[in-house]
Amino acid sequence: MTLLAVSSLTKRYVSGTRPVTALDDVSLTLDRGQTLGLAGVSGSGKSTLARILLRLMPADGGMVRFEADDWLSLSGRDLRRRRARMQMVFQDVLGAFNPRATVGSVLDDPLRIHSPLKERDRRTEIAALLDRVGLQAALATRSIRDVSGGQRQRVAIARAIATRPSLIVLDEAVSALDVSVRETILRLLVELQQERGIAYLFISHDLAVLRAVSHRIAVMDAGRIVECGPAGDVIERPRSDAARSLVAAVPRLVIRG
Amino acid sequence: MRPVRLIFGTTEGAIGAVLLSLLVLIALFAPVLSPGDPLDIAGPPLLHPFSMARLPLGTDSLGRDVLAGIIHGTRTSLTVGLAAAFAAIALGVCIGLAAGFSGGLVDEALMRVVDAFQILPGFLLALALVSVAGASLPVVVLAIALGAWAAPARLMRAQVLSIRERDYVAAARVTGMHPLEIAVKEILPNALPPVLTLAAVIVAAAILTESALSFLGLGDPNIVTWGTMIAEGRNVLRSAPFLSVLPGLALVVTVITVYLVGEGVTQALAEGKAGQVDRQGPTA
Ligand SMILES: Nc1ncnc2c1ncn2[C@@H]1O[C@H](COP(=O)(O)OP(=O)(O)OP(=O)(O)O)[C@@H](O)[C@H]1O
Ligand SMILES: [Mg+2]
Repeated sequence: MTLLAVSSLTKRYVSGTRPVTALDDVSLTLDRGQTLGLAGVSGSGKSTLARILLRLMPADGGMVRFEADDWLSLSGRDLRRRRARMQMVFQDVLGAFNPRATVGSVLDDPLRIHSPLKERDRRTEIAALLDRVGLQAALATRSIRDVSGGQRQRVAIARAIATRPSLIVLDEAVSALDVSVRETILRLLVELQQERGIAYLFISHDLAVLRAVSHRIAVMDAGRIVECGPAGDVIERPRSDAARSLVAAVPRLVIRG
Repeated sequence: MRPVRLIFGTTEGAIGAVLLSLLVLIALFAPVLSPGDPLDIAGPPLLHPFSMARLPLGTDSLGRDVLAGIIHGTRTSLTVGLAAAFAAIALGVCIGLAAGFSGGLVDEALMRVVDAFQILPGFLLALALVSVAGASLPVVVLAIALGAWAAPARLMRAQVLSIRERDYVAAARVTGMHPLEIAVKEILPNALPPVLTLAAVIVAAAILTESALSFLGLGDPNIVTWGTMIAEGRNVLRSAPFLSVLPGLALVVTVITVYLVGEGVTQALAEGKAGQVDRQGPTA
């Protein structure tokens, strides 16, 4: 069942004299509970697509159907209410939080805005969310600055699932984490997907990561989707040059060969 | 409390804080330290300092107690300085926040108003307003504030423009937070600290402006101010220079005190920020 259908999305940035075409006729679909990996070299337009889908910036043209909504034409109160359904996790584990926030207040915001729960029940819910992402409930009173990067990314995930979304857009969500932490976070994401049927648009320039989590992979190059198919196919038999060079760039780990 | 300890951690801050506390105490307890109306005649005219124990700093040409004038003048200066700075920063912060957060036409319009106020010399504006609206304390405060709010507004807008691009503001939007709540809860508190460091300069300038207005005879005539005292001393500057020098010294000390406190706060904030970075630690 199609959850997200993007058709002919375009976006040009006009900075200085020369406009940059960041998205050029981008179309893709994502089914409920599935992960679409989005690969592409730096500057290929991945984050631009993410920001447009998250309604953080306007598109120049094209159309997005998300659940039952004409997503790009929602505005005001309607948009704010529907935002519960599409959440995000970003790369910068520190920048994603108000420096004055505590772990508890970060998780309280989405609950206060979208759930009917009273303050007491929200506290219980916050403890449950923390527990679900593998953190101790006692962490709720800590300043967000005083928890580690891996813990912060768990808090970001808890914030994203707090509104019970059907789609989470993850933009390089594990790229800043070191390898051991990365693996536990990926495992947590896969578990949450199986448990709650959340779909992911998983952006990464790292094909090894994408292969581990994606059902399908799309490859972007210079603002266009140049290839899209089942994860295995794209990685084993890349058809486009962009995909081939990304595959070639995957580090082959050799231990005492 | 951390901020207080940080201010005392710097030499400027420590000296400034001690002096300012002293000035504030003098201002608060002026009626106790020097009871009665300082504008009443207290003894023979033009009594020089240290010639009578009851009137240690002497009297002016009308026989009014100079010490009483300086003590009550502290009250006027600090009140006007703090009130005007508070009003200027409050107004500047609101306008800057509105301009930076709304962007587009609202921003454009508000910033043209800011430009206009920044081009007008603050003192002339205050002069014009007080001569039109009459010399009373609230008018003086308002007049000074109107000449001082443009700088905080401009800084606030710049802060807001940079902060509103941060990921955590994007996160708040994605969460579905109302724009007003985002402005007040996410942006305002993080944009404010550098703007507050302007406070010292504004307070000092406001104190000077108030004195200058009074010097020109545009202060509230029912209140003692250092500016009026300096102006009245001018007529007998040769025979009794202390009448202008003493309130002048009080003015200089107060302005320097405010400046020192401002330096202390600025340094403490900078250190506080460095401390935060230290505590972030490595990723993961
Ligand atoms: N705010 C902006 N103003 C002007 N040009 C921009 C802006 N943001 C991005 N671009 C340009 O748009 C293109 C796409 O950028 P985008 O950030 O979407 O790439 P990306 O695939 O996410 O890259 P990365 O892997 O480095 O994150 C790039 O050429 C970039 O320089
Ligand atoms: Mg990017």
